[in-house]
Amino acid sequence: MGKKWEEMTSDEKQEALFQRWLSPKDPQGNDIKFQSPQAEKAYKERITRIKDAIQMKKLPDRVPVFIIPSFFPVYNAGFTPREAMYDYDKCCVAFKKLVLDFAPDGQIGAVAPGPGKVFDILDYKLYSWPGHGVSPNFSYQANEGEYMKADEYDALIDDPSNFFSNIYLPRVFGALEGFRMLPALTGILEIYGVAFNFIPFGLPPVQATYKALFEAGAEALKWAGAIGACNTEMNAAGFPGLWAGFTKAPFDVIGDTLRGTRGIMTDMYRQPDKLIEAMEKLTPIMIKMGVGAAKMNGQPLIFMPLHKGADGFMSDEQFKKFYWPTFRKVMMGLIAEGAIPNPAAEGKWTTRLEVIQDLPKGKTLWMMDQSDMAKAKKTLGKVACMYGNVSSALLALGTPQEVKDYVKKCIDVAGKGGGYIVANGAFFDQAKAENVKAMVDSAKKYGVYK
Amino acid sequence: MAQDLVNTLADLKEQEAIKIVKDRLSAGEDPLKILGDARKGMEIVGKRFASSEYFIPDLVYSGEILKAVTEMVKPKLTKTTESKKLGKVVFGTVAGDIHDIGKDIVVFMLDVNGFEVHDLGVDVPAQKFVEKIKETGAPVVGLSGFLTLAFDSMKLTVDAIKAAGLRDKVSIMIGGGQITEEVRKYTGADAYGKDAMAGVTLAKKWAGVK
Repeated sequence: MGKKWEEMTSDEKQEALFQRWLSPKDPQGNDIKFQSPQAEKAYKERITRIKDAIQMKKLPDRVPVFIIPSFFPVYNAGFTPREAMYDYDKCCVAFKKLVLDFAPDGQIGAVAPGPGKVFDILDYKLYSWPGHGVSPNFSYQANEGEYMKADEYDALIDDPSNFFSNIYLPRVFGALEGFRMLPALTGILEIYGVAFNFIPFGLPPVQATYKALFEAGAEALKWAGAIGACNTEMNAAGFPGLWAGFTKAPFDVIGDTLRGTRGIMTDMYRQPDKLIEAMEKLTPIMIKMGVGAAKMNGQPLIFMPLHKGADGFMSDEQFKKFYWPTFRKVMMGLIAEGAIPNPAAEGKWTTRLEVIQDLPKGKTLWMMDQSDMAKAKKTLGKVACMYGNVSSALLALGTPQEVKDYVKKCIDVAGKGGGYIVANGAFFDQAKAENVKAMVDSAKKYGVYK
Repeated sequence: MAQDLVNTLADLKEQEAIKIVKDRLSAGEDPLKILGDARKGMEIVGKRFASSEYFIPDLVYSGEILKAVTEMVKPKLTKTTESKKLGKVVFGTVAGDIHDIGKDIVVFMLDVNGFEVHDLGVDVPAQKFVEKIKETGAPVVGLSGFLTLAFDSMKLTVDAIKAAGLRDKVSIMIGGGQITEEVRKYTGADAYGKDAMAGVTLAKKWAGVK
């Protein structure tokens, strides 16, 4: 089939990923059987519409429309978040109902709720989830903390993998306590010394940890089977799933997961060089994570939730020094391998627009929450397709007419010449179904390019 | 020398600030006076944040410096004096929501602007707000929330305050990532603040501060 991956240009790689996305496979690797010829046609039209919007080379037939929810589909189906996380069938019913009720061009499959039982087995501490730290009726939420201490940058920089396995993971998973005792696997070199390295695996805490891992793995597999089948069904009904996987900006890896907001912001003053060195070290790892998912799943879009670079979170100078350089490198690394970074600019990013427009045209896709879309269109919008800006408040509390008017305004402001996709701006839990419907329907009605 | 501490803290020069405090303590100076200067430095930090000269990292770091200074001074404190406060505010993230970054920033700004803030933390049940309002007699209440689910919790909290007969005794502000005027109306709060400074302005207005 022509060129080898290594010989392709980045454009050819992107095209190859689009082609694979257009011919979806089920989890067993077989071609998906579409429900009907119409479903197959709709599936391909949707991807083509999204592709044209992203690439900005030719106008799509109309402005595409996405629904990017948090637990909204679950409420919409009459379930609680707790039920969706513990009863995979209910989760599937809910997400299938979403595409059938609203028929968006893009959706994100049923993976977001995740398997509650896996988190139970592992005793996960980074998050509280419904019925475990938060009410069964609420979505999961993060528990920020200093899971990496201020004086551990050297350990992270020296060997990120080992830092995660032996230090970070035991701190965020109670059941992985035994990982603290693991040997450095790079020490297993010759017959002399081999046995020493296997002693830890005989110790009761390590064996207990492996027992938990087997259990969690079995449960995760069960969940993946259910959710994979559900996503395949949605594809077969004509609805492509958007994301092949995700990765993160290195600043957020450290700020969200390792050091917490307070920790990383103190580090910006007390040990800026270490922080920057650690972000540089994480950059190729974050690229590999996204590229690996794109190639494995055969589709180009890689989601990147952005958190601590938003307006107000730091000054422009701080943004340019700490947040942007490695974030951009991760995006450029993804692009070089044919993947399309899909950063979500959560909150407002209006003051960042001048900086973040320094990207190759038609190679990224941005989710915009509350940024000024007129300004965004004139800056970032010149080089990148954007979606979103329909607010959570409007979807939860507005009327269908207000939603319709707003969508129309978004299309007028951001849709000119392509490069815009109608969507909600932030992951949302509660909304009136009629408002979500109004969002999708008015995109289809007002978004046609003549 | 007093001005030195005020300025070094305001300029976020941690090492210098700590050295000044050390020198002043060993010179036998009144620790309360040192704390007073540190406080003045923090007020300047608050002003710089309000004028977008400082951002969250700078606030966080100033808090770290203040913590270090306070820890040095504390052992020498023989008495405490209550500084005069502008007014009381009851504050918290509403039931079901455990987000605290936004709440903490507003609490910080209210504090450096002279308010006595009763911070109830996160995931605060409506009844706990009611009890704290009764206990403190605070005229200002702040409800924080990040999730769309917080809209209902805010409404329930306002309703609980009403049911307890306290609605006309307090002014209620709401704030958070997805809060708009629409949400304000829905919850029955008196106002919403789009950022921390808006919260301070509202609190000052309601507490009758010029």
